[in-house]
Amino acid sequence: MTLAIELEDLHKTFGHTVRALDGVSFSVEPGTIFGLLGPNGAGKTTAVRILTTVLEPDSGVARVLGHDVTSEPGVVRSLIGLAGQFAAVDENLTGAENLSMVGRLNHMSKTQLKERSSSLLEQFGLTDAANRPTKTYSGGMRRRLDVAASLVAHPRVLFLDEPTTGLDPASRVDVWTMIESLVAEGTTVLLTTQYLEEADRLAEHLVVINHGKVIAAGTPATLKANMGVTVLDLGLEDERTALRAAEALRTVNEKAPLVYGRTVEVNVNDGPRIVTEALRILEAEGIAPTTLALREPSLDDVFLSLTGDRAEAELAEGVESLPGPGGHRQRHRRGRN
Amino acid sequence: MSATTTKIPTPGSPAVGSSPSGGRLYWAIADMWTMTKRNLIGYTRVPEAVFFSSVQPIMFVLLFRYVFGGAIPTPGYHYVQFLMPGIFVQTVAFGSIGTSIGLAEDLQKGLIERFRALPMSRWAVLAGRTTADLFRNLFVMALMTAVGYAVGYRIGTNVGEYLAGILLLLLFAYALSWGFAFVGLSAPNSETAQLMSFPVLFPLTFASSAFVPLQTMPGWLQGFAKHQPVSVVCNAARDLMSGLPKPDLVFPPFTSIVSNGPMNSTVFWAIVWSLGILAVLAPVSVRRYRRRAF
Repeated sequence: MTLAIELEDLHKTFGHTVRALDGVSFSVEPGTIFGLLGPNGAGKTTAVRILTTVLEPDSGVARVLGHDVTSEPGVVRSLIGLAGQFAAVDENLTGAENLSMVGRLNHMSKTQLKERSSSLLEQFGLTDAANRPTKTYSGGMRRRLDVAASLVAHPRVLFLDEPTTGLDPASRVDVWTMIESLVAEGTTVLLTTQYLEEADRLAEHLVVINHGKVIAAGTPATLKANMGVTVLDLGLEDERTALRAAEALRTVNEKAPLVYGRTVEVNVNDGPRIVTEALRILEAEGIAPTTLALREPSLDDVFLSLTGDRAEAELAEGVESLPGPGGHRQRHRRGRN
Repeated sequence: MSATTTKIPTPGSPAVGSSPSGGRLYWAIADMWTMTKRNLIGYTRVPEAVFFSSVQPIMFVLLFRYVFGGAIPTPGYHYVQFLMPGIFVQTVAFGSIGTSIGLAEDLQKGLIERFRALPMSRWAVLAGRTTADLFRNLFVMALMTAVGYAVGYRIGTNVGEYLAGILLLLLFAYALSWGFAFVGLSAPNSETAQLMSFPVLFPLTFASSAFVPLQTMPGWLQGFAKHQPVSVVCNAARDLMSGLPKPDLVFPPFTSIVSNGPMNSTVFWAIVWSLGILAVLAPVSVRRYRRRAF
């Protein structure tokens, strides 16, 4: 069976120095959701733009359903849908006009289009707003219209570049549900995201890229298993106490605790038991943590465990400013970066 | 959103896009028309923009007609007869900045990225924008004709030639739009696109015969001013619209080289300039559209 997406040793450099993609290879089975993870500037968008024929690669091969993006861009364009990083809608047009424009440019007939457009508007909860210029739309509505536009022509492979960035938690879940039902119907979806949680929820397979290189590939489960199931975050009074606490907690888990300023992080497999044990040890040492949180590993943690590096500073800020889905993403970042 | 309950049609069911039943040319024109309509609808949704972009040329008319005009000698006929065709050219030339702003905005908002991933003609985005700007110019010319009449301008030839003059101006404006499309696609954002356009337009419109007779300029400047496209089009528009006395106050370029036949006509050279600009800059801009990295 033809692979939905294939990348072989893809390179793309901007200017002379910025290596957006530095030998990326991966492939995507048809009818699956594939996650492309990485921090800002990792090369995710460049990969999507090459696969959607928006940019040409410097070298390497990219194929969509067996068609080379460089030699058969026209065929590729007729098979794909793209919802780029911005909600690319024309502000002066209404929601319905936007869909109709994209449909016409996909060379659909007017009758075909009319039906398709109204069913998409309904599906995305935009029927009431269909005849309003999109400049009156909220961010979430725009994003939904953008995704709807990418679906107008029944694409067989859909590319979603950070589809939930900037969405409120409810809209985010809506987009997730929509993606899942698409795949149930046979569409292949490649989505990029900065959030492990999103990839975890949706993707069957994923690759993590950083600085234009694939640094990990597999299922979300294998990635998380690499680093422990949960993270115990402890906030201490000052940096000296933090170091002392880390030293004391050395025995609590096979992975050594990490210290960032006044914060101590422990990757653990058995959260609740370790919390009790950690507190007992700290009490014995006469150390009282100021804050304590048990959370899922974030992409940041995955990066740490994969590369030994903290992900880029922007990412850290990006993650922090998020309306943490599920609320367990409250981080203690004092003294970090 | 009710994605859970609504059935999504099976992907890939109708092979849309892949089978252009009408052929390439048909779809190229259809795509261009789709893009033109989209831009025209945009104008109707922001009438303020169209209104205020008409205010500036009207101010120029008033400024030159009533403030500077008295100081500009145009022996043999009234200054307003000299001025209005020049103002028309200036208006459409400055209007072509709109093409660069519009495309820079499309780029900024991610629309160009979307268009480039669609199975549409590679020319259509630019052709749709420039064609919409052509319609806008048609509207502006109608408005400026009325303004001209109000400040005392009278057609010096006949209605047919006047309309031919308008057609010539529209052709020139269309060619310029394709040039400014390149600026729009090269600018990092729409504000910069506007700023980048002025250094090109200012010398072209002001170091020209649009507002003052060239004889008033220093000799070194006359050489440039005489042959550059804005002057050539101004002179041609004047010939067609005002019917200025010939030959002393008309400035047909290259007459010293060729002294008879179509080569002697300002209109001929205005058309040559316009088509030349179009032939060179349209492919350059389309190439820019295809290659633009983000």
